[in-house]
Amino acid sequence: MDNVLLIDFGSTYTKVTAVDINSERILGTARACTTSKTDINEGLNNALADLEGNIGKIEYNSKFACSSAAGGLKMVVIGIVPELTVEAAKLTALSAGAKVIGVYSYELTDDEANEIANLKPDIVLLTGGTDGGNKNIILHNAEILASIESDFPVVVAGNKSVASKVAEILKSAGKEVRVCQNVMPEFNKLNIEPARQTIRDIFLQRIIRAKGLTKVQNIIEGILMPTPSAVLKAVQILSTGYGTEKGLGDLMAIDVGGATTDVYSISDGLPSRSGVIIKGLPEPFAKRTVEGDLGVRYSADFIVEEAGVKMVCQASGLTLEEVQSYLNKIRSNPGILPNDDNKIGMLDLGLAKIVVKEAVKRHTGVIETSYTPMGKIFIQKGKDLTGIRKVIGTGGPVINSLYPGEIMKGVLFDEREPEILRPINADFFIDRKYILSAMGLLSEKYPEIAVRIMKRELEMV
Amino acid sequence: MKSKTLVMGVIGADIHSVGNKILEYALKQAGFNVVNLGVMVSQEEYIKAAIETDADAILVSSLYGHAEIDCRGLREKCDEAGLEKVSLYIGGNLVVGKQPFKEVEEKFKKMGFCRVCPPGTPPEVAIRDLKKDLGAE
Ligand code: B12
Repeated sequence: MDNVLLIDFGSTYTKVTAVDINSERILGTARACTTSKTDINEGLNNALADLEGNIGKIEYNSKFACSSAAGGLKMVVIGIVPELTVEAAKLTALSAGAKVIGVYSYELTDDEANEIANLKPDIVLLTGGTDGGNKNIILHNAEILASIESDFPVVVAGNKSVASKVAEILKSAGKEVRVCQNVMPEFNKLNIEPARQTIRDIFLQRIIRAKGLTKVQNIIEGILMPTPSAVLKAVQILSTGYGTEKGLGDLMAIDVGGATTDVYSISDGLPSRSGVIIKGLPEPFAKRTVEGDLGVRYSADFIVEEAGVKMVCQASGLTLEEVQSYLNKIRSNPGILPNDDNKIGMLDLGLAKIVVKEAVKRHTGVIETSYTPMGKIFIQKGKDLTGIRKVIGTGGPVINSLYPGEIMKGVLFDEREPEILRPINADFFIDRKYILSAMGLLSEKYPEIAVRIMKRELEMV
Repeated sequence: MKSKTLVMGVIGADIHSVGNKILEYALKQAGFNVVNLGVMVSQEEYIKAAIETDADAILVSSLYGHAEIDCRGLREKCDEAGLEKVSLYIGGNLVVGKQPFKEVEEKFKKMGFCRVCPPGTPPEVAIRDLKKDLGAE
């Protein structure tokens, strides 16, 4: 018997998934609270004990894990022009599964240097200039970074003409430095893979140690990666397929959480109609965005403030008084679950609807109409996702909702905002057993099996 | 010597793309490092591209007759962005109707363009001028 154990050390829960490789089945899943403050193994052992209670004691041939515990992978990105290398750097960090906590353009100032020191990033990604392009700014920024006392590794992925000089400046200040290919070697050309890979390597070697995850490394022989990167991997392979197992084609996924919401799109996003001019940086085929201000628990107050309480009433079906009083409840106990009180479920539903709509809006491209001497011209920025036919929903608020389909409708095209190129008509699939990150991990070694399991387990609503 | 970097594009709401493609091809053949922004390019796009690529010159095309309005303030914005050393070139059908080219040239030189090319300027002429001005040979 060939069994694989997949572990996701989340910020709140440690989730375990047992898979039988021969029969290609999920044997069981379980979870327990993450214990990153004490010993991360405690939470894992609790989850495993629960799993054992469900499916009995079994042996595992291999164990793989991903983690977003202890704040996840926190990154600061630096470039020159906000729409160019800064954006390229941000897209790179996000696709590596990082949480981008600081974004800087042009020459760093001393104040910004202090800010970066206080942010305490796990990794800094330093970019700037196309190959052969601007040299001065990245050199200046290397000097400033070198002057910061804190100990963070720097990934240098800018103008190759000065890469070694930049590395030298940082090394002489005692920083760990990795030089890789430019994230934007030519104007408007993205090259995120080398830097993404380098970030992942550092995550493995350094961050795991720093986050107290080394203890688990003894029991896990497999790879560790940031959880969002595992989810991206899963969604990507589900889209493209592997070997003889066909994929589902272009798709999107949305992961709603308590504090943040992630959106993924696997699609080239090219214009669906003719005569459209594309502007701006080309976006990656597999794109991830994360909204740090959109979640149904820790960000609830912010959402009510932004969307207005009336909107929340409308979306949830609760009265004004109920919304206020249940907001108080989740404020004092963010871990509260809908099974305790139906109206919590209703508030979650209302907030999740708003969150999904807004997060997808920010992820999706826009089309603008421009009037010229010859008449109307259309300009597209970002991805055209109107043709996407399949959208996956995951994350507690979606999975646990009685009406996941209602929440997912927020993904779709809205004629009141026709400039947002959201999917016009799509089927929704719910990640009922919460297995996406596990399948991303599984796909490292058993890609074909991971695709088949996902195709079977994701539930159309 | 390092090859010179040129940022080019058709400014404003202008979609005449044929000359833009031909010019790009000819400049690349001549050994320039060319960053072509295509059609409907805003002033900000030229500037941002020039910063990131450390361009030596910006080549603006305008065919549909609105060059004057579209180019207003471009030189000043470049200077503001630290691109004082970047030369500005312009060519195409710059004005509506038949105005004496001398007047047109003067107008655009006053706006900060170092060379103003009359309608139908062949690429060879543009290449010769650029090489001379930028000291590429
Ligand atoms: C084809 C064409 C179109 C096509 C464009 C298709 C396309 N995708 O490109 C279409 C039908 C869409 C079109 C539309 C319009 N057009 Co038209 N079009 C032409 C036409 C017939 C040819 C242009 C062309 O391709 N020339 C060939 C290329 C190789 O030459 P070029 O563009 O001049 O570029 C060369 C040189 O000038 C030079 N060069 C160019 N830029 C630069 C820059 C620098 C720095 C240097 C050194 C050199 C340089 O190098 C290039 C390569 O050799 C011209 C007339 C003409 N014969 O020029 C009118 C013309 C340009 N159009 C004109 C007009 C008015 C329009 C419209 C407003 C018409 C309308 N009312 O519908 C619209 C505007 C649309 C818009 N928003 O831009 C007028 C402009 C009048 C003016 N400037 O005073 C022209 C001159 C026709 C005319 N005589 O009235 N047009």
